[in-house]
Amino acid sequence: MKYDMTQNIRHHLTDGLLMGYSAGTLPEAFNLVVATHISLCDECRARMHEFDAVGGAIMIDQGEAPVGEGAFAATMALINDAAWSAPSEMPKRNAPAVFPEPLRDYVGGDLDDVKWRRIGGGVSQAVIKTSRDATVRLLKIPGGTAVPDHGHRGTELTLVLQGAFEDETDSFGKGDIEVANEEMVHQPVAKPGTDCICLAATDAPLRFSSLIPRVAQTLFRL
Amino acid sequence: MQVVTDTYTNSGARRAVPSYVGTEQEERARSQRVIVNDTSKRSEWLAEIAAIRDEQDSAAFARLFHHFAPRVKAFLMKSGSSPEFSEECVQEVMATLWRKAHMFDGSKASVSTWIFTIARNRKIDMIRKQRRPEPEELPWGPTEEPSAADTMALAEETDQLAAAIAKLPDKQRTLIERAYFGDLSHSEIAEETGLPLGTIKSRIRLALDRLRHSMT
Repeated sequence: MKYDMTQNIRHHLTDGLLMGYSAGTLPEAFNLVVATHISLCDECRARMHEFDAVGGAIMIDQGEAPVGEGAFAATMALINDAAWSAPSEMPKRNAPAVFPEPLRDYVGGDLDDVKWRRIGGGVSQAVIKTSRDATVRLLKIPGGTAVPDHGHRGTELTLVLQGAFEDETDSFGKGDIEVANEEMVHQPVAKPGTDCICLAATDAPLRFSSLIPRVAQTLFRL
Repeated sequence: MQVVTDTYTNSGARRAVPSYVGTEQEERARSQRVIVNDTSKRSEWLAEIAAIRDEQDSAAFARLFHHFAPRVKAFLMKSGSSPEFSEECVQEVMATLWRKAHMFDGSKASVSTWIFTIARNRKIDMIRKQRRPEPEELPWGPTEEPSAADTMALAEETDQLAAAIAKLPDKQRTLIERAYFGDLSHSEIAEETGLPLGTIKSRIRLALDRLRHSMT
């Protein structure tokens, strides 16, 4: 497997997102995008470890709350209880794939296993089931195609998994993540060539600037 | 955005690109100095985790439990959990530590950092009934043990980071604590955290680069 692409990533997670991921307070949909980006990006993986160290330092500094008298014995009983299982370990990559493991886990397979639904303008999507505080979907945008101009009410994360897109701000290739906030109205266009596949999460419904996509939004939950 | 604050607040001379980015001899000398001078708890914790992993040593586990369980519980309660939930969660966290002792990698996280990540994940599990998506694990090569020098250096840097956080102005430190207690949403977390970041990142980044290099 090739990891060379980690060297080419230019757009990274913000400190705020990494701290939220480390603190465990992000919506599940955002956690998935963050974990998928970190799987591709050594820089953000190293920063994640640092934010975890901040969390450890904060945890240790809050004084002591006495545990119950039987706590140690109860813990040993848990350890010796064959029916009790510790949480599962970090996913390991089994075979070369387009999707990193955390995403494969949610999709139930790789790119070829995605069940796409057309949403107009040549664009397809596949919504991934997570908790309701935010939504995450895969988008497939044919090369040269524009995603409708849209603004955001919340935060939108867009991670490129294949191909590339550009908008008014910059261009984004494999592994790059765009973090868009409320003020931003942008028009991403997939670069010519291979389909652009993105993992996109938002904590508010997208808001399109023209009428027809807005109808499509109502119909297709875009 | 990359925020790399250029000094630790407790040591104006310490640069974000730390002194160990030097020759191999310098790096070795520095690491050895750390080991020789270290008399603190952290080497005991490392030995205790190794004893749990290799010998299922319940006395070593009891010492770790005695130190960490009340601290984890205090943290959970300050994060808004009830005493009953916190007590139950602490037991799960410490049992997880035993079961996963073979997973501990001191070159990526200090003991306290590792316990924090276990507590965070267990809490998400128990409260939200959700699994937290984790990054894909890196292939660390054929059972290559992290070196004792790397492990001790990371532990020392983690202590320095903790000391620097303790010395932040109250208002700033409180905001960071609130973020980790879960009182702030991601959009409420300031992008300029003011944290003295960069040193631990640089060390882990170097290790990752070495790993990538050895894979090609």
